[in-house]
Amino acid sequence: MTALLRFECVALRRGGRMLFESLDLALSPGEALLVTGPNGSGKSSLIRLAAGLLRAERGSVEHSLLALADEHLALDRELPLKRALSFWAKAVDPALEALGLTHIADVPVRLLSSGQQKRATLARVAASNAPLWLLDEPLNGLDSDSAERLSTLIARHLASGGAVLAASHQALPGDWRALELGR
Amino acid sequence: MIGALIARDVRRGLTGASWLPIAFFLLVAALVPFAVGPDARLLARIGPGALWIAALTAAMLPVERLIEPDRADGMLDQLALHGVAEEAVAAAKIASHWLTFGPLLLIAAVPASALLAMDGTSLARTELALAVGTVGMAALAVAVAAVTSGLPRAGSLAGLLLLPLAVPLLIFGAANALPLEAAVSLLLTAGAPFVTAAAIRASRT
Repeated sequence: MTALLRFECVALRRGGRMLFESLDLALSPGEALLVTGPNGSGKSSLIRLAAGLLRAERGSVEHSLLALADEHLALDRELPLKRALSFWAKAVDPALEALGLTHIADVPVRLLSSGQQKRATLARVAASNAPLWLLDEPLNGLDSDSAERLSTLIARHLASGGAVLAASHQALPGDWRALELGR
Repeated sequence: MIGALIARDVRRGLTGASWLPIAFFLLVAALVPFAVGPDARLLARIGPGALWIAALTAAMLPVERLIEPDRADGMLDQLALHGVAEEAVAAAKIASHWLTFGPLLLIAAVPASALLAMDGTSLARTELALAVGTVGMAALAVAVAAVTSGLPRAGSLAGLLLLPLAVPLLIFGAANALPLEAAVSLLLTAGAPFVTAAAIRASRT
């Protein structure tokens, strides 16, 4: 089976500091990988490398079609949530439903709480057809009910042949392969 | 996606503060008679040049909200992940910026020309040159917005960068040398997407 994400001998330097050298990883359909490590160990940079938004100092990064949820909202704040999400994906209703956002679909994005905004970024990922999901600190700001919804969503995505790469300083529910940075 | 992006930016431009540069343009045009006196002959002679200076300074105003909000909000990253090239994003930004700025400016030039005692022929010529030149201005504004995006005091820096680069547009526009004005405008419009795209890529951290 071909990998959805593959790092070969990747090195990354940020601000003159080597965050990792010769990192190899491969993510196949159905696999979930959790990147952990203390603040500043390069978790978010690894996610951005995987997304192709950062260039590696050495090595190669190959990825399939992907969707990213990070700390940026990237939704028009003046628009109702559903219309704002529709800019990025055609069918957003199932994703809104899966993250419990249906009842606030008509509320302008700027009025959402930070937890609801976080769920909105996750809804954008869920609404995309991308096989590879990149989640940067997906649990930040989520209550226990939303965290549960997210793990259901991830389990469903994995079962349908997707893969997930998440970075978090806290444990995520479910079955994850682990990669610890900054040791 | 490109069409949706242009539609989005035009909507945001028109519902936002797109009338501010236009009001500024009219205000500058209204200041000229106060500064040089009410002599109609003198005003009519310097009128086209005054309109061009007003248009250039007005074009500078929206620079800070052309690229920076979308960069800070992750919009540009998401567009890249959706397979839209930065050059295409830049071209869309130029198109939408012109659409929210150019036509309104051309309309505002009519009352402004009256303030400067310009006659019909002079107005028509200036309108034509402005129609050609504002496209280049929009392209330049987007490129400068991308280059200064994320920098402290980006607004003042953008002015310092934009105004000297706009001098050829000003010279040929005010002199009514339409083919040369069109050439400069075309050059800026053709080059700006690549400068903008490189700046967007370089600003990713």
